[in-house]
Amino acid sequence: MKKMLPFVLLLVVVVAIQLLTAWTDTRYYLTQMTMSAYYALLIIGLCVVMGYAGQISIGHAGFFAIGGYLSAALTTRNLIAYKDTALVRVLDATGLIVAGEDIYGEALMAVTPWAACILAVLTAAVIALILGIPVLKLKGHYLAMATLGFGIIIYRIVLASAYFGEADGISEVPAFQLLPGLAVSGDFGARVSNYYIAWGLLLFGMLLMKNLIDSRVGRALRSIHGSEEAAESVGVDTARFKLQVFVISAVFAAVAGVFLTHYNGGIGPSEASVMKSVRYVAIVAVGGMAHLWGALFMGIALNFLSLRGVFGSYDDAVFGVILIVIMLFAPNGILSLDWRAYRRRLFPRGRAAETAGEGNR
Amino acid sequence: MLKILNLQAGYGNLKVLKNVSMHVARGEIVTIIGANGAGKTTLLSTIAGLLKATAGEIRFEDRNIAALAAQKIPALGCVLVPEGRQIFADLSVEENLILGGHVLRRNGRRELARQLDHQYALFPILNERRHQFAGTLSGGEQQMLAMGRALMSKPSLIMMDEPSTGLAPLIVQDIFNVIVRMRDEGKTVLLVEQNAKAALQVADRGYVLETGKVVLQGRARELLEDVEVKRAYLGKDYGDFYDGRE
Repeated sequence: MKKMLPFVLLLVVVVAIQLLTAWTDTRYYLTQMTMSAYYALLIIGLCVVMGYAGQISIGHAGFFAIGGYLSAALTTRNLIAYKDTALVRVLDATGLIVAGEDIYGEALMAVTPWAACILAVLTAAVIALILGIPVLKLKGHYLAMATLGFGIIIYRIVLASAYFGEADGISEVPAFQLLPGLAVSGDFGARVSNYYIAWGLLLFGMLLMKNLIDSRVGRALRSIHGSEEAAESVGVDTARFKLQVFVISAVFAAVAGVFLTHYNGGIGPSEASVMKSVRYVAIVAVGGMAHLWGALFMGIALNFLSLRGVFGSYDDAVFGVILIVIMLFAPNGILSLDWRAYRRRLFPRGRAAETAGEGNR
Repeated sequence: MLKILNLQAGYGNLKVLKNVSMHVARGEIVTIIGANGAGKTTLLSTIAGLLKATAGEIRFEDRNIAALAAQKIPALGCVLVPEGRQIFADLSVEENLILGGHVLRRNGRRELARQLDHQYALFPILNERRHQFAGTLSGGEQQMLAMGRALMSKPSLIMMDEPSTGLAPLIVQDIFNVIVRMRDEGKTVLLVEQNAKAALQVADRGYVLETGKVVLQGRARELLEDVEVKRAYLGKDYGDFYDGRE
């Protein structure tokens, strides 16, 4: 029961924020809070990979993009031309295709959001698996370089292929009907319900991750972070555990991508850019690497500020600077800083006492 | 229990072990002594699977384990206490021990708890410090933790790499007492040591390794008396053995 306390507290805060925005008539904040929640979902996944398993990934925007782009493309690209092919017929017969009209009144056939979501997330998981098997054998900055390369590849693919809309990205993504009467969409009328969908998903993801790291798996992960060789010599299958969390975190990123794309009604190549990956790494670092709640809090706070436009055109620069400053001065995150030690260094007590003594004389 | 036949291993092009053969019988303490760079740690790492053998056989309880991945070996009952202890500094003492019992998962929670109690009885200091971060322990306590962690998986053979490194002489004595106690409880111990004298005093048999080859083997008591061993590893001046002839 004690373990559930932070979750209950967070739920109370989430509801309080919604009520506060309703009361002060500032509902527009909920839009950014919703988007931040989706980004935070990716960030807690990355936090487990980086902070607990000790594997650095600068490619998570790639998994986010795989989720977002695939579900966007599948739910918008017209399959009318392929109406008579066997695959489309099978999909149609199994109810995985919706027919309708596009904004110009033309007939449209596309995959249903549910099917697209599942397909997109599965694809991300499979790619993470295939990528992870060779790449997770690397360590430290070699691993960082390899995942960086993966991120760049995804970025270039979405930028270059007409199917993914090149530099324009994909728009007109339909609403994602989760349950009857509950849809992920950017409609103003659905703002409050979407806020709760996003936070519900984030809380659920957090619950899963918390359970994971408090289990035998979590202990094994932290042992890998400590010393891979020692972990192996007590019988921990380090390769398997590393791969598992890498795939899990890719799934988190892809789910975030799917939901945010439906919420925004579209996705552009900037979501796949390397700077996005760097931003996620920076946020996990600020939150304190092996600190899920820190990562969640920072993921919300920094994304919210960024989405509100507080950093202006210095947006990417701010996250770069944050990363450098954190690495230099607080490698364990700002929550772990020894503020008292800093105060002592800035205002040495000895000198303060001396000047006080002089004043008395 | 453990039989090593013509084992060869090394790092890249560097061959460290050149045809090492040896055996360890159940219930023995066997020590491997030798100078720096003789291949002692390489030998243990190869048995533990952290390093792959390029030739030869490692037979543990009549099964060739030379090709087995490192993480599969503890489950068979052969566990390494690595050089420099390698405890998980960011985890608590108890979590370190539980990780040692990682391979016990099929035996259930009760078995894990029983093993925990057993280690706490063997190393009371670990019980006192069970919730402390392992990184805050003293060198001797860390060595005990590394040993306790290894014992958690109920191994039949426990391999120890330089357990006395960097410890005060009094603590070293404690560590060696525990090694003898482990043997008395039915464990088999393969001990690699720089401190040849201390190792030979507790061991039943010993092997002397020199540049990747076994150059001498025998009963520990005989090795202690051996002129060559005395000169090279026990720090006695050659003059002590000078018998007066030109």
